[in-house]
Amino acid sequence: MRYETVIGLEVHVELATKSKIFCSCSAHSFGAEPNDHVCPACCGMPGMLPVVNRRVVDYGMKAGLMLNCHINRTTTFDKKSYYYPDLPAAYQTTQWFAPVAVNGLVEIETSKGKKNVRIKQIHMEEDAGKLVHDIREDTTHVDFNRTSVPLIEIVSQPDLSSAEEVEAYLERLKMLLRYAKVAECEMAHGTMRCDVNLSVRPEGSDKLGVRTEMKNMNSVEAIKRAIEYETARHIDALENGTEVLVQETRRWDDIKGKSFAMRTKETAGDYRYFPDPNVMPVVIDDEWFESISATLPEFPEVKKARYTEELGLGEYDADQLTKSIALCECFETAYEACGSAKDAANWMISEVMSILNARKMTYDMLDINGRALGELIVLVSSGKVGRANGKKILAAMFDDNTILPEKYAEANGFIVSNDTGLIEKTVKAAIEADPKAVSDYKSGKEKAIMSIFGKCMKELRGNCDPQVLRKILIDTINNM
Amino acid sequence: MKIYTSKVDTDSARVVVADDMFLTKDMPTAAGSKMLDGYMSLFDAEVLTRLSDKGYVLGGKADVGEFAFDLIGETSYNGAVISDGKLTTASAEILKAGEAMATLNMDVNGSTRRAAAQNGLVSIKPTYGTVSRYGTVPVACSGETVSVTSTTADSCREILDAIAGHDDKDGTSLPTASCEKVKSAPAIRRVAILTSMTKGADADVLAKLDSVKAALTANGVEVCEIDNEVIPTARVAWNILMSAELCNNVSRYDGVKYGYRAQSFSNIDELYTNSRTEAFGELLKSTILFGSETLSTDNYMKVYDKALRIRRVIVEAFAKIFESFDAILMPACSALAYTEADIKENKYLVFEENFYTAPASITGLPAVVFGGAQMVGRSFSEMALLDLAKTCEKEGK
Ligand SMILES: [Zn+2]
Repeated sequence: MRYETVIGLEVHVELATKSKIFCSCSAHSFGAEPNDHVCPACCGMPGMLPVVNRRVVDYGMKAGLMLNCHINRTTTFDKKSYYYPDLPAAYQTTQWFAPVAVNGLVEIETSKGKKNVRIKQIHMEEDAGKLVHDIREDTTHVDFNRTSVPLIEIVSQPDLSSAEEVEAYLERLKMLLRYAKVAECEMAHGTMRCDVNLSVRPEGSDKLGVRTEMKNMNSVEAIKRAIEYETARHIDALENGTEVLVQETRRWDDIKGKSFAMRTKETAGDYRYFPDPNVMPVVIDDEWFESISATLPEFPEVKKARYTEELGLGEYDADQLTKSIALCECFETAYEACGSAKDAANWMISEVMSILNARKMTYDMLDINGRALGELIVLVSSGKVGRANGKKILAAMFDDNTILPEKYAEANGFIVSNDTGLIEKTVKAAIEADPKAVSDYKSGKEKAIMSIFGKCMKELRGNCDPQVLRKILIDTINNM
Repeated sequence: MKIYTSKVDTDSARVVVADDMFLTKDMPTAAGSKMLDGYMSLFDAEVLTRLSDKGYVLGGKADVGEFAFDLIGETSYNGAVISDGKLTTASAEILKAGEAMATLNMDVNGSTRRAAAQNGLVSIKPTYGTVSRYGTVPVACSGETVSVTSTTADSCREILDAIAGHDDKDGTSLPTASCEKVKSAPAIRRVAILTSMTKGADADVLAKLDSVKAALTANGVEVCEIDNEVIPTARVAWNILMSAELCNNVSRYDGVKYGYRAQSFSNIDELYTNSRTEAFGELLKSTILFGSETLSTDNYMKVYDKALRIRRVIVEAFAKIFESFDAILMPACSALAYTEADIKENKYLVFEENFYTAPASITGLPAVVFGGAQMVGRSFSEMALLDLAKTCEKEGK
């Protein structure tokens, strides 16, 4: 019998707001000492009352709109109760009854073509803290820095059917949320986490099989391996009766390459949801809604079409640039400043992106001033600065994004000189220093003068038009 | 009684004592529970900051029943306060002794109003959302309010005026424009006595009601008897909502971060269980269990959600009455004294006695207790209620 896999995902994404969801503590604790970013509110001490961070609702709404969701204009927060030492108040404030966004749609593309994945809902909630186990002392410490950092949970319908589709879906979520600048979505940093609900059924059946939920996958690769393992385990159970499938939560062990049932104690429990009386329903009026929808970015496809159709870029260039919103924004500003979309795209792809790659930076980490890049492009294309020196200026702009290219070129002697006297003097000295190259050239080895050309260029620190230098060099040799 | 005292030289005209439900940086806050014995807060309650900014002095803190939701303070881990053979609250005793001009109380479940009615004090429970709850130990957040008690209506008014108003730190705090409405509330001219809400009250309580009625009439206030079958259901709905919220709010006391921790445990579950078993009292434990049950997946729609819907029906019932009347007169308790024997006989007596206090708790409406009776008014009518209490005070003298 042939089987098909039915997969739904619950994706947790950390929102990139400055402060936490219900207090003013910083939401960014990367590199901070444990419990540096905490206050009585996010430590669950009595007497502090939650005050909703409006930016979190902004971001939640934006995420919903990016995923084509309906936005609930009255959205409420609820309490979810359970005991765990990383949850200081023994309840998590989340959205159970009226989440911020519902009924969305995300289009993915795989080798089998395009497909729509339905989004059931997106809800906002607070993260829990972290437990740090100290093996030497056999003790466990708790770090509340992450407590109350805002999250959204994106719940899909069971519309996915393969590891490839799951990967495409996650990549798509990441791209859309990064375009809207609401989240980093980096699994390695824990800013994107994913639980997989999976079941298997005979192909064509409309009944769902027994569903298992898998947790603890730390990378897209691990998720793919987990899906493949779990699918095989389900099919084996159905075909050969190797085991009886039960609805349960399983932990993926990526080193062993296997999933294991979690102790029922870890998963069982009634969360006793109820509306949080301390958080008034959040009412999103038209003005608020419009202010958010007005700031939504163009979707990647729309941008790509505009780049090719309106700006005349090639398909490949448009594809490269739209890989990240940071690239798009830098490109668009540079284009505005220099007036040539082709030049701007050329610099972005052959220079900017290669520096990013060389420095092992993601595209989203690009932080140079696009206007300055535009000015640099003009300096080079007008011949005021040589291309090689232009690249040096660009590299400097990566280190300090306040650099003004023209001033920097002047200060570093990168302005192309029109002083032919200086060029002739330099050429003469170089020829005298290398008579062998001259005689080789004269005997027909045209390439022989390249070394002299290079030395001159170096002596002139790149500040001369290569055409001019070449002409003076050849003329001088010919006149000897 | 007064469990922590600050040394103050000021005469009692500027001294206020707060229930031990208000968090203080300089004094411990135990909320009547062994769980929080010696707990030092990192911050002061907003209302205390406002009082001290206006030159009032916190004279100390008054002991309360465990998390202040009991009958009349009897569940404090320090024991009940008994005066002349009857149960009373620490704050009522402090006021009667003239040690403070007013007390700040948390009206979680009516104990404050019962104590005021039984001790001839004036107590004002303001409209929900007009006084910040920031820095108060949370128990039943959807209905509990800071209240003020004193021997006179004027002192209640003075202190309420000093602490009321919007607070950004409390998400349920009403905007300034709403809080300001208390200043322009119309005077109370027509009062209804709800006969269904006098049920169970003994002769002494009914006599108090009669004398308030007489005082009102003497001052030109029209008093009519009407009936309503919805408002008496507030007790059942409130007991569900309050217990559920309490269960959730006290779940943070797990022995992990602060507060009481059991001496012996071998894993995290035992740490939780033993700490809570050893530190919590009987009434609290029963209420946690009840509250937890109301929120279970099986019960939520049948019990909790129904209670929420009853709350809305009760709000509407009050609104309907307020179309014809300015306030409603009812008892605050069934008797003018509780004894230790009463509690021994029925330790859950509070869940019956709050029949009289639940309507104002569940709706967030303001209520004043004076002359041994209770009057519930429209939202933002607290100052008008106090005006009327003052008028009747004069009548009584
Ligand atoms: Zn905080």
